[in-house]
Amino acid sequence: MRDVAVVGFAQRQMREFDGSPNCVELLVPILTELWEQTGWSKSDIGFWCSGSSDYLAGRSFSFVTAIDALGAVPPISESHVEMDAAWALYEVWLKIQTGEADTGLVYGFGKSSASPLRRTLALQLDPYTVTPLWPDTVSIAGLQARLGLDQGAWSEGDLAEVAARSRTSASDNEYAVRKGETSVDDVLAQPMFSDPLRRWDCAPVTDGAAAMIIAATDSPLYEQVKERSATITGFAHNADASSLGLRDLLRSPSTAAAGKAAGVDGSTTYDVAELHAPFSHQELILRRELGLGTGTTINPSGGALAANPMFSAGLIRIGEAARRIWSGEARTALAHATSGPALQQNLVCTLEGAH
Amino acid sequence: MGKQRAAVVGVGQTYYRAKREDVSMPGMLREAIDRALEDAGMTFADIDAVVVGKAPDLFEGVMMPELFLAESIGAVGKPLLRVHTAGSVGGSTAIVAASLVQSGVHDKVLTVAYEKQSESNAMWALSVPVPFTMPVHAGAGGYFAPHVRAYIRRSGAPLDTGAIVAAKDRQNALKNPHAHLRNPDTTVESVLASQMLWDPVRYDETCPSSDGACAMVIAAEDVVESRGVASPAWIHGQVMRSEPLAYSERDQVNPRAGRDAAAYLWNKVGVTNPLEEIDCAEIYVPFSWFEPMWMENLGFAAEGDGWKLTQSGATALGGQLPVNMSGGVLSSNPIGASGMIRFAEAALQVRGRAGEHQVDGAKRAMGHAYGGGSQFFAMWVVGNYKL
Repeated sequence: MRDVAVVGFAQRQMREFDGSPNCVELLVPILTELWEQTGWSKSDIGFWCSGSSDYLAGRSFSFVTAIDALGAVPPISESHVEMDAAWALYEVWLKIQTGEADTGLVYGFGKSSASPLRRTLALQLDPYTVTPLWPDTVSIAGLQARLGLDQGAWSEGDLAEVAARSRTSASDNEYAVRKGETSVDDVLAQPMFSDPLRRWDCAPVTDGAAAMIIAATDSPLYEQVKERSATITGFAHNADASSLGLRDLLRSPSTAAAGKAAGVDGSTTYDVAELHAPFSHQELILRRELGLGTGTTINPSGGALAANPMFSAGLIRIGEAARRIWSGEARTALAHATSGPALQQNLVCTLEGAH
Repeated sequence: MGKQRAAVVGVGQTYYRAKREDVSMPGMLREAIDRALEDAGMTFADIDAVVVGKAPDLFEGVMMPELFLAESIGAVGKPLLRVHTAGSVGGSTAIVAASLVQSGVHDKVLTVAYEKQSESNAMWALSVPVPFTMPVHAGAGGYFAPHVRAYIRRSGAPLDTGAIVAAKDRQNALKNPHAHLRNPDTTVESVLASQMLWDPVRYDETCPSSDGACAMVIAAEDVVESRGVASPAWIHGQVMRSEPLAYSERDQVNPRAGRDAAAYLWNKVGVTNPLEEIDCAEIYVPFSWFEPMWMENLGFAAEGDGWKLTQSGATALGGQLPVNMSGGVLSSNPIGASGMIRFAEAALQVRGRAGEHQVDGAKRAMGHAYGGGSQFFAMWVVGNYKL
């Protein structure tokens, strides 16, 4: 495999987009930030890929106009996944592995606030037997959390600890929409939102977008940006069944499989892990599947409980992990992205600093 | 760079129909997948990863349907990717699946693309009003008809050129058991007598709405050799190119993204004269006139001369460059799968497995797809020999 490094990252996360921008208005400033970070321009990018959802946008082919943000000519080598942009990053990484490109730019965007998100996401379930019952995202997560409480996999206090730590860590994150010094008692004092989940146990509905540039470290262009880079040491993803009745909801085999394929075998203690857990108990599942112990700082950005823009939150986990390697705060990091009901699909990307 | 060769070793298709009310979405996909696996001599246990492609989710009313399909398409416990690049998606999906092998990450990948258009009305699924955007409210035909008129004016093409394409493709479809439209009486005259829908595009020059799925198994060179695959279709090269819908001086009749993509691809696979060196092509032609337009865009003919290939019979079965031997998009159009069908039919040709619509001795074939407002292009060249 070619060594590929994250060399640029920009993001926006907010409760609701101010002024309801279209995706071009949203992406242009983010891309501008990437050009400023790298000193590169459109012609330096070998492959482009994005992640977004038509259902979130409420229209077909919603991603088509996004390429207006990339400049008119020449035409670009480009693709799109109907998935979180973390998987778009995987497609870019693949393209670089084939040797057809040396550099790539990935972006994801979504306006979650435009519809009742938890209900919209019920459209991801089996359309013949499950969606007609409209089990929404929060209710499904509530069932999962209740199962864990009943079976002793976690306690109410364990969930509150995750929520409190996430809010507290997010204090320094300018993009977090939910943040502030918070104790376990503060969390437990909150009313139930969807029993046994409190509002702070659930990711906030968030609008947002993010973009990233990666480059093969053997390409001449990389020399220009290598001072600020985080090398991808493992990258894999995996899927579980959709049917909730076929799954042990206390486990996430696809997370464990993705971790294993990405080289997460317990031999490395990652300095930092950015886990995409939209509900507090899901962080506990992910930590167990990835074997993350006390030596690893979990979600220094505050994670998805602080802000969770659909279709870019997974990429943001990778960007947040890379950022900490750039700053020297971490030498090794693990980033994770999820998609689908109750952690159905999972991706793991490990990163390492050059120094 | 560690790039490894990849080949198509299995192809499976459903029989394309207007409405498949007898099967669910998973059932329909399995028809194509099971046939592709059988063709490859494999089972789900052999497959390393699954790549799904389809056009907008609003067509079936399921958000990211690959999630609920995971069990039925054998993706549980495996990497699962979902590609969506407008009408070119079937081609793009095949390219992503190929890159999973070419990168050296996996060596046996299943890819499937589908559309079950009967679950909804595609024209209305495409006509959701968007704030601050001029609505077209005319479907794809109304959108593309002005481009066809511009083509006729520029090239001076005889007005029956589109009808010749339509009659040819509908006759070719009779040789393809999977084709949706089967109208044995279609002639140039009958096409010209059919109702005008979007001038100059007549009813019989328009693609149908179809239900259907197409699947392929793509394998690495060492798998092909160790399993002794009898007739692999080696992937010689592939390309994707995109351009914005509108910018000043954009040529929508002969879009630069398509021209650039073709030029890149010919160079990559060592073709200097496509008309001479390519034996046959499956080109994305949803409205008949796009055959001559794409012949020019892809470099098979000089600008303004594409219609001469059609008029001379060069694009018919038995001609110099047979185009859409399967009957093409004009005869079967499960939108999300239509691009992959082009790619798969090209593979069948060089494998010598296209049945009645086989081009004798086809060694090298092109598969092509486009989408959006002629903005997104995906193409590949496959051959019966390693490159």
